[in-house]
Amino acid sequence: MGNFWKQGEPQVWATAATLSITLLMIATLIGVVMVNGLGFFWPSDTALVSLKDGSKLLGEITDTEKQTATHGARLQLKIGNRDLYGQDFRWIDKGDVASITYPDDAIVLERKEHGNFYGFLKSLSLNIPQSASAATPWQQMLAARENVIQAQRNLGDLRDKMSKLNAAAESLRLKILKLSFDNAPANRDTIQRLSQQREQSLAEFNLLLDDLNTKNGELNRNTATFQDVSGEEKEIALTDIVHAYRPNTMGVFAKAAFYAGKIKELLLEEPRESNTEGGLFPAIFGTVMMVLLMSIFSLPFGVIAAIYLREYAKEGMLVRLVRIAVNNLAGVPSIVYGVFGLGFFVYGIGSGIDQLFYPERLPTPTFGTGGILWASLTLALLTVPVVIVSTEEGLASVPKGLRQGSLSLGATKFQTLMKIVLPMATPGIMTGLILAMARAAGEVAPLMLVGVVKLAPSLPIDGQFPFFHMDRKFMHLGFHIYDVGFQSPNVEAAKPMVFVTTLLLLAIVIVASSSAIHLRNRMKKKYSTKAF
Amino acid sequence: MPLRSPQNIADPVLEISNLNLYYGTSRALKDISLTIPRKQVTAFIGPSGCGKSTLLRCFNRMNDLLDNVRIEGSIKLDGDEITSPDLDVISLRRRVGMVFQQSNPFPKSIYENIVYGLRIAGVRDKAILDETVERSLRGAAIWDEAKDRLHDSALGLSGGQAQRICIARAIAVNPEIILMDEPCSALDPIATAKIEELINELKEQYTVVIVTHNMQQAARVSDFTAFLYLGELIEYDETKRIFTNPSNRHTEDYITGRFG
Repeated sequence: MGNFWKQGEPQVWATAATLSITLLMIATLIGVVMVNGLGFFWPSDTALVSLKDGSKLLGEITDTEKQTATHGARLQLKIGNRDLYGQDFRWIDKGDVASITYPDDAIVLERKEHGNFYGFLKSLSLNIPQSASAATPWQQMLAARENVIQAQRNLGDLRDKMSKLNAAAESLRLKILKLSFDNAPANRDTIQRLSQQREQSLAEFNLLLDDLNTKNGELNRNTATFQDVSGEEKEIALTDIVHAYRPNTMGVFAKAAFYAGKIKELLLEEPRESNTEGGLFPAIFGTVMMVLLMSIFSLPFGVIAAIYLREYAKEGMLVRLVRIAVNNLAGVPSIVYGVFGLGFFVYGIGSGIDQLFYPERLPTPTFGTGGILWASLTLALLTVPVVIVSTEEGLASVPKGLRQGSLSLGATKFQTLMKIVLPMATPGIMTGLILAMARAAGEVAPLMLVGVVKLAPSLPIDGQFPFFHMDRKFMHLGFHIYDVGFQSPNVEAAKPMVFVTTLLLLAIVIVASSSAIHLRNRMKKKYSTKAF
Repeated sequence: MPLRSPQNIADPVLEISNLNLYYGTSRALKDISLTIPRKQVTAFIGPSGCGKSTLLRCFNRMNDLLDNVRIEGSIKLDGDEITSPDLDVISLRRRVGMVFQQSNPFPKSIYENIVYGLRIAGVRDKAILDETVERSLRGAAIWDEAKDRLHDSALGLSGGQAQRICIARAIAVNPEIILMDEPCSALDPIATAKIEELINELKEQYTVVIVTHNMQQAARVSDFTAFLYLGELIEYDETKRIFTNPSNRHTEDYITGRFG
C-alpha cells in the first residue's frame, strides 16, 4: 500500500482530474455562450397560439419551463408589437393552450423602432411606381420596400454634403472662438468674415436639411398596413422596416441565407434600439483600436523598463523593492486604475492640454474628458507590469554564453543587448504582450471612468481631418455586454444580444492572442538553441 | 617551492607579473608571473578550481562581468598594461579573442555569425565581409562543410562544427591572441581531433592560450605548459619537459594521475 502512494499514481490521477475539470469548465462556458448566442439570428417559426379562453397570440416560442408547483409547464412567447402591447414577452401556461398552428402568411417585421412586429399584411399605400412582376401584395410590399430603401440610399450624397457643411461650420465656430479668445478687437474683421461664412454654410445646411426632410417625408409616406393577431391595425412606413420575412414559408436554405445576412449586419452595422438590436461594428472597432493603442503604449514602455531592471540596474534593495512593486501592481484591482486614469490623465493631463491648447473652447472639454487616448493609456498602465515581468523572464532566459560570446568579440553591452539578447528575448516579450492584450480586451471597469460610452456618435477614426480623433469617446464590447444586459429597459429582448456580444469579445481575444502566439512560435523556432 | 620557468622565450606577447586576483575576500590567483610566447600554443593545466580559467579570463578582461573581482599586479600585452580600469576593453577584446567551453553560435546564419565582430565594428563593405567569411572559415577548417549553407542557421550545426564556427568567428576580427577555455570538453573524440589539428594550424598566425583538463591534449597541442594548483603557478616550462621531466613533485603527481 505504501508503495502505491510512493509511486505517485493517485497524484497523477488527481492532477489529470483537475485539468479535466478546468477544461470542462472552459468548454461549458464557451458552449453556453455559443448555444445562446448563435441561435439568436436563426429565424424561428411564428406560432399562432390559440388559448382556451378564445384569445389568440402570435409570436416565437422562445422558452419552455417546467412548473414544479403545478407539475405543468409554461411557454415563453415573444409576441413583439411593443408599441401595441407594451411588452415583448408573454408567459402562457401550457394547460391554457387549445392549439398551436404555424400559418404561412404570418409576417415578422424587424423595425427601426419598437422591436419586432408579428402579424399579417393587410394593404399597401404607395406613392412610388409599383413593380409589375410582383403578383401578391406580399411580393409587392417587398419590392416596394427594396425601392424605398434604394431611394433612401440615394439620398446619401445629400447627407454627405450636409455633414461636410456641418463640419465646416463647426471648425469655423472653433476658429471664431479662438480668435475672439485671443484678441477680439484686433480680429474683429476676420471674425466678422468667418461668421458670415459660417452663417452661409449653416444656411446652406438648413436648405439641404429641408430638402432631405421633404424627400424623406415623401418616402415615409409609402406605408403598409398590418394587422396583429387580434385584428388591430397598424400602419408602418416601409422605410422603418429593416427586415420583413415569413419564417413559416422559409426552407432551411432561405433561413441560412437570412442567418448569414444577420451575421454580416452584426459585424458591419451600427446598433439600433438602445443597442439591443442591429450591429456591433462601433463596439468591435472601439475594442480593437483600444487594444492596439494600449499595446503601442505598454509594449515599449514595459520592455524598456524591464531592460533597465534586468540588465543595467545594480541588484540591491532598491531594485528588489521596485520588482516587488511591479509584481504587486499587476494585482491591483482594475477599478483603481480607472480612478487613477480619471484623476491623472483626464482631469490632470487632459485639463492641462485643454487649458494650453484649447482655452477658447472651455468650459467644454476637449481632452479634459474621457476618450480613447486616456482609456488606452490607463489600460497600458494596467498591463505594463505583465509586460515587465515576462520581458524580464525572457531576458533572463538568454544563455550567458551567448552574451559572453558577443562581448568577447568586442561588442559593447548595448550592442550585445540589441543584437543578441533582445531578439532572443522576443518570445518572452510576446508572451507578455499576449497576456496584456487578453487582459486589456476584457477589462471594463476602468474604461467606464475614462472614456467608454453606451453609444458613440462617431468612430475614433474617420475621414475628417486629422483622421485620428484621440479625444473621442468610444464603444467597447465588454461595456456593451454590461450595458445591454443590465442597463437596457427591455432586458428579456436584450438577452440574446448579451450572449452574441460575449461571443464576439471572446472571438476577438482568441484571434488576437492566437495570432500573437503564432508569431511567437515562429520566433521561438528561429532562436531555439539546438540541444545536443 | 622552486619555480622553474622556461628561459628561452624570446618574443613574449603577454607578460604577467605578480598577478593576484580576489573574488570578494578569497584570493583566487596568487602571485602569478609568467610570459606567453608569440605564435606558440600555451596550455594551462591543473585540477578544477585551480584558477586556470580565471587566469585566462584576465587576458581579455572577461572577469569584469563579475561583481566583486579585484586584480592586483600587471599584465602587459605587447608592452601595454591591460589591467588599468580606464583601458578600452572593447579594443582589447578585439586583440584577444576567446573560444568558450560550450560552443555558443548566435541564433543567426553562419555568415552573420562570422561577420558579427566586423559588423559591430561598423564594417559595411560587402566585399570585405565576404572575403572575411571565406578566410575565417578556411582558417577554422570548416569552409568545405559550410560553404554551401552560409545562410542557414548556425544552430543546426553539430557540436564540433559549431565550435569551429566559434573559432572562425573569433579569428574573423584578426586578433593577436586566441584564448580557448576547454574548447573540446563538450565534444566527441573525432571532433576533438579536428579542433586539435586546427590549433596546430592556428599557431602559424596567432598566439593560442588553451585551458584544458585533458593532459594528453595539452601534451599533443601545446608548446609550453603551465601547471596551476590552488591559485598558484607551480611549474611552467616547455611541454616536452613538463611531461617527461617535471621538476616539481606536485606536477608529476598530477600528470601521472595520482590526484586531480
